[in-house]
Amino acid sequence: MAEIVSLAEAVALAIHDGDTVAMEGFTHLIPHAAGHEVIRQRRRDLTLVRMTPDVIYDQMIGAGCARKLVFSWGGNPGVGSLHRFRDAVQHSWPGPLQLEEHSHAGMANRYVAGASGLPFAVLRGYSGTSLALHAPNIAEIACPFTGETLTAVAALRPDVTVIHAQRADRAGNVQFWGITGVQKEAVLAARQSVVTVEEVVEVLDPRPGAVVLPTWTVGYVAAVPGGSHPSYAMGYSSRDNDFYIAWDAISKDRDTFSRWLDEHVHGTGPDGRVTHDPALSGGGAQ
Amino acid sequence: MTAGYTADEMMAVTASRALRDGMTCFVGIGLPSEAANLAQATHARNLVLIYESGTIGAKPGALPLSIGDGILAETADTVVSVPEIFNYWLQPGRIDVGFLGAAQIDRFANINTTVIGQDYNEPKVRLPGAGGAPEIAASCREVIVVVRQSLRAFVEKVDFVTSVGFGDGPGCRERLGLTGAGPRKIITDLGVLEPDPVSLELALTGVCPGVSVSAVKAATGWELSVSASLKELPPPTTAELAALRRLRTATPATEGATR
Repeated sequence: MAEIVSLAEAVALAIHDGDTVAMEGFTHLIPHAAGHEVIRQRRRDLTLVRMTPDVIYDQMIGAGCARKLVFSWGGNPGVGSLHRFRDAVQHSWPGPLQLEEHSHAGMANRYVAGASGLPFAVLRGYSGTSLALHAPNIAEIACPFTGETLTAVAALRPDVTVIHAQRADRAGNVQFWGITGVQKEAVLAARQSVVTVEEVVEVLDPRPGAVVLPTWTVGYVAAVPGGSHPSYAMGYSSRDNDFYIAWDAISKDRDTFSRWLDEHVHGTGPDGRVTHDPALSGGGAQ
Repeated sequence: MTAGYTADEMMAVTASRALRDGMTCFVGIGLPSEAANLAQATHARNLVLIYESGTIGAKPGALPLSIGDGILAETADTVVSVPEIFNYWLQPGRIDVGFLGAAQIDRFANINTTVIGQDYNEPKVRLPGAGGAPEIAASCREVIVVVRQSLRAFVEKVDFVTSVGFGDGPGCRERLGLTGAGPRKIITDLGVLEPDPVSLELALTGVCPGVSVSAVKAATGWELSVSASLKELPPPTTAELAALRRLRTATPATEGATR
């Protein structure tokens, strides 16, 4: 059964130094507030897993939380590069960052294998690319029925998966809809999970296309309205595209980034409330 | 822009014309998304736009900034999970055309979006990486690449093969078990390159109005061959330009701000 706690408690209880942590949300429902709380609690040596380590992991990498990144696309969507990610890879700032990179199809299938309790997943992928030369958990496999050569990818089993959802009820059942990404698989693949939600309601009325994670599949639920900003929660907020564009300049320079971090993350309370400055970010969350 | 349009606008229009009405199209963000949305707004109203966020049949009506903007989900025929979009929709070869960008592309249309530099562990430039591209390039029935042409981008051999075009030449895709036909057109701000039917090496088949063959060769990092049937590409029509500019200036509607 999920425990309903504060975000600060959830992070303190679930995420430890050295853990493998997956924070998922495909453009939509990215758990930014939880990322900020991990930064505030100064977690170190994390292996961060995420298909699209966009602004959220740029912040966590720049803040020194990560030792290793497992990913498939590391950019600021529609804007350009992730400067903190690049600085870590190219100049080891604030520390060296190990990389393990895949394709989206590979990462998605790795979560599927983890959720399915299988050691690996099979797909048509990676053939002829250089990706397999650099990641140890991609291998050729022969189909036992046809002999065809396919690709196996090792299961992902994060210590903790963190997601943001629209709602939970008081029993800790979680519901999210819109672009639901890979969050269901990521939660089911992990040993522990933290779900931040826009609101805790009495009753989860059915929604078209909604994913429901029963309370017994979830570790901790924390109410964090606006907790995905500058990402969005369909039905609650809009994607703050202006913030993503502004992030390019904020993150380009180490000092500007560090000042932003001090002011907007370290400088805010540990209660898990939204930590962004609406004046700076265009106030997209509501 | 004495012609009344920019090279980028010409490129977007040429790319949109490569899409036919009724096609299913797997769309990457940036130049490909712009061209696909332009096609849907002009000659290909029934173009099915599929984004890797799981939105199938999106009709955004304005350019989304990301592949997961709310407008895509709200206007889609259906929204599926990320494992499903890759496993059920892309992998079996259900999708007609994949639309990709590139940081580097070589004479056999192999694409690099991972690292610039020979040493993967000490890259000169760290790029975003693969995303959905390797499997889009492998499994869509055909692939169109949109990329600005320069010596930096058009190289003899890519530093890293993120997505396979024709590998090392004829027979390679078959050996690798790649089910799609591979790149059909490379559309640039200078012209169009297409694989030679025999050698599969990219050859210049079209130039933009006012662009010389020598200018294209000067922006290509290998000895570029020129097709015997080289054509000058038709300039954008007034209607195409108007639609493109409308797309670029439109602000996506605020998605789902009500409960």
